[in-house]
Amino acid sequence: MASLMNGAKMLLECLAREGVDCFFGYPGGVTLPFYDAIYDHHIRHVLVRHEENACFAAEGYARATGKVGVCCATSGPGATNLVTGLVDAMMDSIPIVALTGQVSSKLIGSDAFQEADTFGITRSCTKHNYLVKKLEDLPQVVHEAFYIAASGRPGPVLVDIPKDVFQAQGHYVPVTSIHLPGYKVFTEGHTGQVRRAAQLMWEAERPMVYAGGGIVAADASAELRELVEILDAPAVTTLMGLGGLPANHPNFVSMPGMHGSYAANMGMTHCDVLIALGVRFDDRVTGRLTAFAPHAKVIHVDIDPAEIGKIRVPDVPIVGDVKRVLGRLNKVLAETSPERKDRLTAARQAWWTRIREWKLEHPLAPVTSDSEIKPQHLMMEIDRLSGGDAIVCSDVGQHQMWAAQFVRFNAPRLWINSGGLGSMGFGLPSAIGAQFARPDKLVFALAGDGGFQMSIPELATIAAYGLPIKIVVMNNGYLGMVRQWQELFYNNRLSSVTLDCFPDAEKLAAAYGFKGRTIDKPFELASALEEAVREPGPYLLNVKVSPFENVYPMVPAGGAINEMVLAPPQPVAVPK
Amino acid sequence: MLQVISLLVENKPGALMRITGLLSARAYNIESLTVARTLDPELSRMTIVVDVDAGLRQQVIKQMNKLVNVLQAVDLTESPAVRREMVLVRVRTTQENRTAVLQEAEIFGARVVDSSVEGYALEATGDPEKLDEFIEVMRSYGEIETTRSGVVAVSLDPRKLKLQPPVFTRVAMEEPVQ
Repeated sequence: MASLMNGAKMLLECLAREGVDCFFGYPGGVTLPFYDAIYDHHIRHVLVRHEENACFAAEGYARATGKVGVCCATSGPGATNLVTGLVDAMMDSIPIVALTGQVSSKLIGSDAFQEADTFGITRSCTKHNYLVKKLEDLPQVVHEAFYIAASGRPGPVLVDIPKDVFQAQGHYVPVTSIHLPGYKVFTEGHTGQVRRAAQLMWEAERPMVYAGGGIVAADASAELRELVEILDAPAVTTLMGLGGLPANHPNFVSMPGMHGSYAANMGMTHCDVLIALGVRFDDRVTGRLTAFAPHAKVIHVDIDPAEIGKIRVPDVPIVGDVKRVLGRLNKVLAETSPERKDRLTAARQAWWTRIREWKLEHPLAPVTSDSEIKPQHLMMEIDRLSGGDAIVCSDVGQHQMWAAQFVRFNAPRLWINSGGLGSMGFGLPSAIGAQFARPDKLVFALAGDGGFQMSIPELATIAAYGLPIKIVVMNNGYLGMVRQWQELFYNNRLSSVTLDCFPDAEKLAAAYGFKGRTIDKPFELASALEEAVREPGPYLLNVKVSPFENVYPMVPAGGAINEMVLAPPQPVAVPK
Repeated sequence: MLQVISLLVENKPGALMRITGLLSARAYNIESLTVARTLDPELSRMTIVVDVDAGLRQQVIKQMNKLVNVLQAVDLTESPAVRREMVLVRVRTTQENRTAVLQEAEIFGARVVDSSVEGYALEATGDPEKLDEFIEVMRSYGEIETTRSGVVAVSLDPRKLKLQPPVFTRVAMEEPVQ
């Protein structure tokens, strides 16, 4: 066991013991000893073209599997390039371990070449971070990092390792236990509160389940489904929770919030009991808080005690792992039943009738045209090819909202997007991580023409590894979401949102050695997408869509979610 | 509104930065901060006085309790607690008012820690409001220099410290998969 090895080998030993099979990174000066050890190690290192994308790819891997994603960068610029990805993982509670090289211990603080205070810079970007000062600490720190990243509310953990620690020789001593006396992981949920929640649920005449990313993180889809079926309650899932309840489930309404459906937002507004599961009452969901679910008693289940009461004070707070809490809740619900069942059944039927009416009144209607490709049409075609089963890694902007509205996901971990931080340039690199994690899956990288151009360097990664990712660019020639806001709220003064120059997709893809194509006719859409999916290798499909299409429904900033702007011609209130 | 927070913190590099960073990230202004080792040299006790909107006090405590290095964060703003601060004052005195200064110092329970021809250095402890008064009085005698320690506080309620037990890592125990 106790063979002498250097820090670099020891780090790989730790990664192997944590079950890491591949990770994403970019080498540099101080990580040379580490990359030397990687050279003949069985763990696969994926060379990306920019460190930010290493972090996004690790996120894609983590989001597609639930396992901890790992990325690696050198000191200084390598480490600072990780920052966006770390904050992104922090906002969406994604388990990441980021490994960074640091200048040798003796040089720390001397403004050495490629030195940056990574530990200080990433303090607020991570759930926790470490600077390893001596080799003996390395295994303990690395295993702690994985434990912290994956347990409780998941998040990114960074481990900064000086070059001399990589080089020092030592024995790997197996880490048998982790002792973090101040790190509290809440799992079970208070029994009394679970009973109260069950009682309140049975009393509800108009319940609404509001499920979020916590359902996906906790792997609680089955429990959520059971709850929804026991109560026969309508359910909305947030942008982060899409797939948490299958889109083809009869109780699934759709996504709520700023670009949520009419039925989802009206349902939230008029419910009498809001069952909030693994959500954080994000401002993009709630709109104006005073008008959010104003008649509802709120049951809030979350693993993070700081989320309870942060935005909305719940009537029944439950701190715990949503999977375990729902498991117990479902048991209590199954053992009990409402007091006046007849009356409740009638009320529930009336509630469903209203929700169906809202759905019919303003459905998320497919928009198509004979002359130009409507973005919604593109999303419906992706939906058709996916059949609720493909992984869609989305960038940020209009296309993300349309995809969330029109592409259906029948399982969790298929919809991968940057929710909280809204990082442009996320879609394509996260697809790389997702495809490595799930080689069996059809993976779409969906981006706008803006975000795609942030990710172009990674076409090389896709080509180099022959990843059969289907890159779909929804090209409207604008930074569409910003353009939409300028049109609606800034007198249509389109300031720096025009993307005049876009490369020829066919030539661009050909330059990297794979197929690409640009289309702009609606009749080409279905066949072009089919061709892309049939292609065994990567494919870049540039879809020119109508440039001035806006995402509706839309809740203007500061508006209540039941005050949606449903269609373009209606006047829009100018925000204060 | 000023919030008094008492924290028990692991004495690890960066722990202070995590706590102050949490406050500065929310644009809260720190009024005072004291930190020193406890009986257990691996732990530190901090007392922070910070300007926080009353409605957000609980949120601040929750966020602090989330930090891995924080063993316990408690809000002492409204709970029974003793709050004390120390001030060192150098006061220049004339020959005439030397005795008066000493008498005033005695009223405030201050001690003389240095005496010279120019004046005295005085040490006083008490709750912050009392020290404000003491400083005011001393200022009336002439030019002064002061250094305040910031508030230290101790809760009068017995509080159970809940520490997390070690977690055994099965993954770490297993042989790596080849």
